[in-house]
Amino acid sequence: MVIVGGGVVGAACAYYAARAGLTVTVVERGAVAGGTTGAGEGNLLVSDKEPGPELDLAVLSSARWAELAAEDGLGAAVEYEPKGGLVVAETEEGAAGLAGLAARQRASGVEAVEVPAAELTGYEPHLAPDLAGGMFYPQDAQVQPMLAAAHLLRASGAEVRTGVTVTGMSRSGARVTGVRTDRGDLAAGAVVNAAGTWGGEVAALAGVNVPILPRRGFILVTEPLPPLIRHKVYAAEYVANVASDDEGLESSAVVEGTPAGTILIGATRERVGFDRTLSTAALRRLARQAIRLFPVLADVAAIRAYCGFRPYCPDHLPVIGPDPRAEGLLHACGHEGAGIGLAAATGHLIAQSLTGARPDFDLHPFRPDRFPEQP
Amino acid sequence: MSQIVFEGRPVPFHPGQSIGAALTAAGIRSWRTTRSGGRPRGLYCGIGVCFDCLITVNGRPSLRACMVEAREGDVVEGGGRDA
Repeated sequence: MVIVGGGVVGAACAYYAARAGLTVTVVERGAVAGGTTGAGEGNLLVSDKEPGPELDLAVLSSARWAELAAEDGLGAAVEYEPKGGLVVAETEEGAAGLAGLAARQRASGVEAVEVPAAELTGYEPHLAPDLAGGMFYPQDAQVQPMLAAAHLLRASGAEVRTGVTVTGMSRSGARVTGVRTDRGDLAAGAVVNAAGTWGGEVAALAGVNVPILPRRGFILVTEPLPPLIRHKVYAAEYVANVASDDEGLESSAVVEGTPAGTILIGATRERVGFDRTLSTAALRRLARQAIRLFPVLADVAAIRAYCGFRPYCPDHLPVIGPDPRAEGLLHACGHEGAGIGLAAATGHLIAQSLTGARPDFDLHPFRPDRFPEQP
Repeated sequence: MSQIVFEGRPVPFHPGQSIGAALTAAGIRSWRTTRSGGRPRGLYCGIGVCFDCLITVNGRPSLRACMVEAREGDVVEGGGRDA
């Protein structure tokens, strides 16, 4: 089989497919993790999702990541940190909203521990003293996303061909039988579209419509510091931002330390196409919001920023599974800002689809033909 | 010639030189160690991009040695906040 895309989703598909006994070649136009994977924070979050199919997938994926991390050396290699997430509210109203969300999420298998205002600094000593309360999510975790993609690919034993662009699909009647590339054709029993934000273009090569669009995000990086922030900490407004349909600049601080010593401050959301222009307005807002949560950061230098493009579908759900319009083609893309977290379950379910095993998850909400055909 | 003080020892500099350049010219090629592994670090890119050459100047931590102009009597210690 051929997987198009060497990001974390393609890598997870390669890993699980190879483990199921398939022979895998990964074709990547740029470098491994060179697209959205390399522009993320490495969030494995269950806390930021409303109940529904995406949360169910996140809960499954959280368990799969824990299994992966327990495999020989892999957890340390990808900097897996089951550190938990702490969501904080600035107002009583916000805290009540968090409590309501947590109650709904618990029915989906999410663990959530209410943290009264007075106990917040027990979790995070440097938090602002005037917050109204919070919710702790022990299942939230973190990986270094580039290392995750690279190590999953290495562990898969797949042949990885970087710098190779897919230019078309080979067909036998309606069936997809491989890919055409700028370095020759590759025959395959199945082709998996794991091209992330560019998944719509790959789908179009097979003549099918999968509408995926870019949603830009900036991340601000501080100078390396001694350990200061223990968990993934974010403001309650983040959940509303993730689910929002607004086109303009939105941001809510997600703050976390990394094993390298830097602190990552995400994340903005904007629909501006593939524009990479640095936005100082966006970075200023991120910095202000992070300082609101952690006043100690006011005195810390930001040393760089980076941006990337989340792949989003109109209904904000990923596209996972076989395409009934093009036999032999499967999709594993459109995970928006949750691709690192959802990668493990996505790879697992794609491998089940490929081997004809009964999937242990209903893929219907993620089916690729759920969108209206383009006129 | 003007001098800065690096970890207690005088180091000469030419006006306009960066602290990183002055240290390197004096044969001091590393002034901090990496967080994991303790490997030596000094100037790498030399143009303010890589943040490898972090140094503490007059008590201010985590400055880039390649970007800070040396001033008479500056007291310089290796490393940054996490050293």
